[in-house]
Amino acid sequence: MNTTVMPAPMAGTPRSASKARGFVLQKRTLFLVAYLLFAVLPIYWMVMMSFKTNEEILSSFSLWPQHFTWQNYKTIFTDASWYSGYINSMIYVAINTVISISVALPAAYAFSRYSFLGDRQLFFWLLTNRMTPPAVFLLPFFQLYTTLGLMDTHLAVALAHLVFNVPLAVWILEGFMSGIPREIDETAYIDGYSFPKFFFKIFLPLIKAGVGVAAFFCFMFSWVELLLARTLTSVNAKPIVATMTRTVSASGMDWALLAAAGVLTIVPGAIVIWFVRHYIAKGFAMGRV
Amino acid sequence: MKPVNQKAWLLVLPVFLCVAFSAILPLMTVVNYSVQDIISPERRVFVGTEWFAQVMRDSDLHEALLRQITFSLAVLLVEIPLGILLALSMPASGWKSSAVLVVVALSLLIPWNVVGTIWQIFGRADIGLLGAALQKVGIEYSYTGNSRDAWLTVLAMDVWHWTPLVALLGYAGLRSIPDAYYQAARIDGASKLAVFRYIQLPKMRGVLMIAVLLRFMDSFMIYTEPFVLTGGGPGNATTFLSQYLTQKAVGQFDLGPAAAFSLIYFLIILLLCFILYNWMQRVGTTDTSEAAE
Repeated sequence: MNTTVMPAPMAGTPRSASKARGFVLQKRTLFLVAYLLFAVLPIYWMVMMSFKTNEEILSSFSLWPQHFTWQNYKTIFTDASWYSGYINSMIYVAINTVISISVALPAAYAFSRYSFLGDRQLFFWLLTNRMTPPAVFLLPFFQLYTTLGLMDTHLAVALAHLVFNVPLAVWILEGFMSGIPREIDETAYIDGYSFPKFFFKIFLPLIKAGVGVAAFFCFMFSWVELLLARTLTSVNAKPIVATMTRTVSASGMDWALLAAAGVLTIVPGAIVIWFVRHYIAKGFAMGRV
Repeated sequence: MKPVNQKAWLLVLPVFLCVAFSAILPLMTVVNYSVQDIISPERRVFVGTEWFAQVMRDSDLHEALLRQITFSLAVLLVEIPLGILLALSMPASGWKSSAVLVVVALSLLIPWNVVGTIWQIFGRADIGLLGAALQKVGIEYSYTGNSRDAWLTVLAMDVWHWTPLVALLGYAGLRSIPDAYYQAARIDGASKLAVFRYIQLPKMRGVLMIAVLLRFMDSFMIYTEPFVLTGGGPGNATTFLSQYLTQKAVGQFDLGPAAAFSLIYFLIILLLCFILYNWMQRVGTTDTSEAAE
């Protein structure tokens, strides 16, 4: 499609505008660095805790470990009940994210482009499913999934997490789709594009920032959810967040082991955001569509 | 206006089924419990609105509700502007943007109980970086002893934990503004502030609305982090609504009143979100019409 949809862009690069803003940009960099410091410090503390022993954590203040130890990580990587937790979590989170995004995409398109019976009510109802304290759902969920014979499977957790992830994905994607002028759809049809071709070739690339963010948030919310995941699993699908609660025992709290497990829970998510970063960071220039 | 097309229901149907499957049955169960006195699984008595009346009269609940509303407002007032500022100052492309994105997102990925635990150590004056630093500059600080410190620590923890959500949404929203808009603004000689006010803010409206609603409802249901960090104390200073609910439900194991409480809780969030949503939509539409002038 070579049609120009927006008011014709003028010649020249958009960057030259920023020359006069040197001072503002510097203030921004300063603010950014300050925030990043604030963001990193608690994480730094967690990483340092994971290389200490419990005695060292609780006995004295030190900026870095005085008696460096890998023991906490060794425990996690050699104990099957620990590392299988990571694998279980990844399986159901992946299933959940894929289902969430694939059902949310057509629905968000419908909400942003058409009006139909009960659309506004349905749209708001979706979000209301995030407003219930999850503790409320525990018993009914337990009964429902026991009846269906899905207890202690990855599918059970993946399906349960749809309750909060699908509405989130629909809302985020709808927000991005509504930002795309409807003229784009119409021009594509006039140019003879079929709906699937238009949707995947033209429309989806336009909202890839939205898809990236939605996918990351689905991953994140499902990854850290504890109550439902713990209730619906026992052994075979037990997630890492549930395994972690073992560090609190009658003999006290295993701070160092929990910190090491915490560090390792960040890693998969950091990899996910590394892969979706291009979708989020690079927008599009509509003039070039 | 959007064209009317009833066939759009077909596109929405999978979402409806997915959510209804997991949402409607549990909600019905809760409504069912809220109007009965469950003495044992076999013996239950219909009590009508008795539990609702009992919950509404509970003065501890009123206090918890007030604390909760104050906290959620504080969360919105800090996190939304901070998130927008952060989104505006994050680099738009190149390796720097990748690195900043990853670092900003890190705090979101930590399980909530670990967040509480880390801050528990992090805030201690004897062995934690934050506590020790505050002590060093001469501020008397103890999140376990002083209720104002405890409240502020929970707020700081929430800001640290969740501002990235606002920032990431805002950032993605900014990235999908076409260059043509900026070019037009440059031709008009628009100031930096005008670009923000008439281009960036209206274009981010959709994602910011999601951010506000998400942060509002999630902070209204905050449970794990303050529970791990302060246990609701000192006194009741950080006992928010969901912790109060859990105390009721687990402590006294009364399914009926707990269910009635949950429903009232749900309706409060629903009402406040509905007001917020409608208000933001009105503000948004006047914004765009002004910008079009």
